[in-house]
Amino acid sequence: MKLRKASAAAAAVVVLSLTATACGGDSADSGNGGGDKITIGIKFDQPGLGLKKPDGTFAGFDVDVATYVAKELGYDAKNIVWKEAPSAERENLISNGDVKFVAASYTINDERKKKVDFAGPYFLAHQDLLVRTDDSSITKAADLNSKKLCSVTGSTSAQNVKNDFAPKADLQNVGGYSECLTGLENKAVDALTTDDSILAGYASQQEHQGKFKLAGLKLSDEPYGIGLKKGDTDLQKKINAALTKMESDGSWEKAVTANFGPANYKNEPAPKINEGS
Amino acid sequence: MSATSVLYDAPGARAKRRNILYTIVFLVVFALAAWWVLVQMADKNQLASEKWSPFVTDSEVWTTYLLPGLGETLKAAALSIVIALPFGALLGIGRLSDHSWVRVPVGAVVEFFRSIPVLLMMVFAAQAYAQFTNVSSDMRPLYAVVTGLVLYNASVIAEIVRAGILTLPNGQTDAAKAIGMRKGQTMAYVLLPQAVTAMLPALVSQLVVIVKDTALGGAILGLSELLSQNRTITANYGANTIATLVVIALIYIVLNFILTTFASWLEQRLRRGKKSTGAVLPDVNAGTYVGDGSGI
Amino acid sequence: MFEFLDSGQYDLLGAFWVTVQLTLYSAVGSLLWGTLLAGMRVSPVPLMRAFGTAYVNLVRNTPLTVVLVACSLGLGQTLQITLGGGDFESIGFRLAVLGLIAYTSTFVCEALRSGINTVPVGQAEAARALGLSFFQVLRLIVLPQAFRSVVAPLANVLIALTKNTTVAAAIGVAEASALMKTMIENESSALFAVFAVFAFGFVVLTLPTGLLLGWVSKRVAVKR
Repeated sequence: MKLRKASAAAAAVVVLSLTATACGGDSADSGNGGGDKITIGIKFDQPGLGLKKPDGTFAGFDVDVATYVAKELGYDAKNIVWKEAPSAERENLISNGDVKFVAASYTINDERKKKVDFAGPYFLAHQDLLVRTDDSSITKAADLNSKKLCSVTGSTSAQNVKNDFAPKADLQNVGGYSECLTGLENKAVDALTTDDSILAGYASQQEHQGKFKLAGLKLSDEPYGIGLKKGDTDLQKKINAALTKMESDGSWEKAVTANFGPANYKNEPAPKINEGS
Repeated sequence: MSATSVLYDAPGARAKRRNILYTIVFLVVFALAAWWVLVQMADKNQLASEKWSPFVTDSEVWTTYLLPGLGETLKAAALSIVIALPFGALLGIGRLSDHSWVRVPVGAVVEFFRSIPVLLMMVFAAQAYAQFTNVSSDMRPLYAVVTGLVLYNASVIAEIVRAGILTLPNGQTDAAKAIGMRKGQTMAYVLLPQAVTAMLPALVSQLVVIVKDTALGGAILGLSELLSQNRTITANYGANTIATLVVIALIYIVLNFILTTFASWLEQRLRRGKKSTGAVLPDVNAGTYVGDGSGI
Repeated sequence: MFEFLDSGQYDLLGAFWVTVQLTLYSAVGSLLWGTLLAGMRVSPVPLMRAFGTAYVNLVRNTPLTVVLVACSLGLGQTLQITLGGGDFESIGFRLAVLGLIAYTSTFVCEALRSGINTVPVGQAEAARALGLSFFQVLRLIVLPQAFRSVVAPLANVLIALTKNTTVAAAIGVAEASALMKTMIENESSALFAVFAVFAFGFVVLTLPTGLLLGWVSKRVAVKR
């Protein structure tokens, strides 16, 4: 009976693939637990802040800051294990000890301070709008009431607009910012809203240069901090010291220019570090 | 098409002319629609070569995003079917039990999980794992997706197993009884081995359903499977969302087409085979039989 | 345990109403388009047969999630087809219906085609002997019998469609599963209660459909 052989082979393949995946899981775990490595949570899909590039490396302002801080903590760049920290998962990653710290456009606020501690802030962003270069019809938040607005499902920026700035705006929630950009490029939507740092990252991408601009409305303050385990004041002090040094030796300015420069983005000066003081 | 050609006569001169006319009209309508779409796309700059060329010129798109994504899709699908199979077999046999205290609760479980959307189970499982277990966050989407798929597909497989056993001729059970086998023995040595071969095509096409459902995990739960690569690719190559989606859809289509073809090949082979009873549970997706429509 | 139902914060019935509407519009649409596809697949015109076959095989092998995202992204964001919808909410809903029709009709088509195969050859031959054309054979003789023999499979397609409307959450349609995700995140202490409520809702939607159409399929079955 040939078929029995075939099903046996199929079963063998399945079992093999199972063991293979099991092994994969193991090695990943041991990688995290290694003594000389440091695991840092960043965003993987935000150009300018944290982006997984085609060659498998990572780039962005958050990545530069995290690398600098890790270096100050005594870890070489090659010993950093980057881990994706989606917005909804950041607190969990920190409290489970999956990562040493998180640098992922992580706004410091009181709600989050109940669960984690912050170092920094290391950057001051604002909620803003990205519009087409030739569109000058949006000059204040109330202009949005007659506009088609795009944001990402579950983001606080979308809620802010709906609740505070422009309750009548026609708001579309999609899965990712790229989908908004497609709509913006094709004039299906008029504006994309989120932190200006993220918007600047998209606008300064090579493919987008000259197509989009920031409206510059500064709808809210978003001080980015480095999230770490609650109560770890030692680490908090070390990271704050690293951030202070980064600003004083000019690396901060260099990282800002490198990541946001092409967008003609007027960033705020380095904020005063006030967490844990 | 020989089976359906009874619906119309062999075309004569007039019918041939008419068919040619229909063909031309159809072609014109189709071409106009396609032309309109292409013009609009070109107008919106979606056909620009820099949006499409990465998939041909840059092998890193494949090695960094698409292939690992495909791997994750296959891993979730394989895990789901492997775990769902034994559960499904148990539930299916349980539904055929002679004892009503087994049959009724098992039937209720099967019907319950068959009647609620698999997405609901995935969302529920994701939150349950977050609250009650310490599964690390990067494994959680995979766990949740596999859990949802297992719960749903175990109950679908239970029905496949049940139908597979019921298609076997009664003579098989009678003969087993005649030589003094007990119920358990009849099931284990006579019915199940034959039912398993009869079910294989239906199981393979269920795999197509599972592969398609993993995409839900990417869209809603953040599993880094094939569809979710859309997000990272478009973040890198200038929001080429349309191009990326087309490439991803093509990968799914090729993968599922291979599985469907394999299922119908298997079915035909089993039908021809002389050694089994010839009972074959038809492959739901191949459309060769009045499908029960659940394979969606 | 179920106090979140009284808070007035969540429009549970509204969300399920969206689910029902999605199901109904898509069901009617896919029945029509699916019948048309089945007609194409058995038609005497080779090009239409080829189109029907290609369409069914392409769409059926694409995940519904991809079909819906393609509708939202390709038709909505790029081609700006609004289908008459005014704001994003109604456009998203209409595009979701379109996507569900495109996907579900392939299964309707396949069920119908197998139903056509169950009609005895003699019926079609007798009809042709009377001089009926292809459309007349299909409309008067074959399809009525085919429909009666595929009520049960079509009922299963309808149930699957009801469940598949949850995928519309992927393009931001505010139907039941989208609400469930929000509620589960906000009311994490009532996780099981929330799940039970939504599961119950879907059982209520799908179970009567199955029972009713199962009864209908027995009533209308062609006795041979």
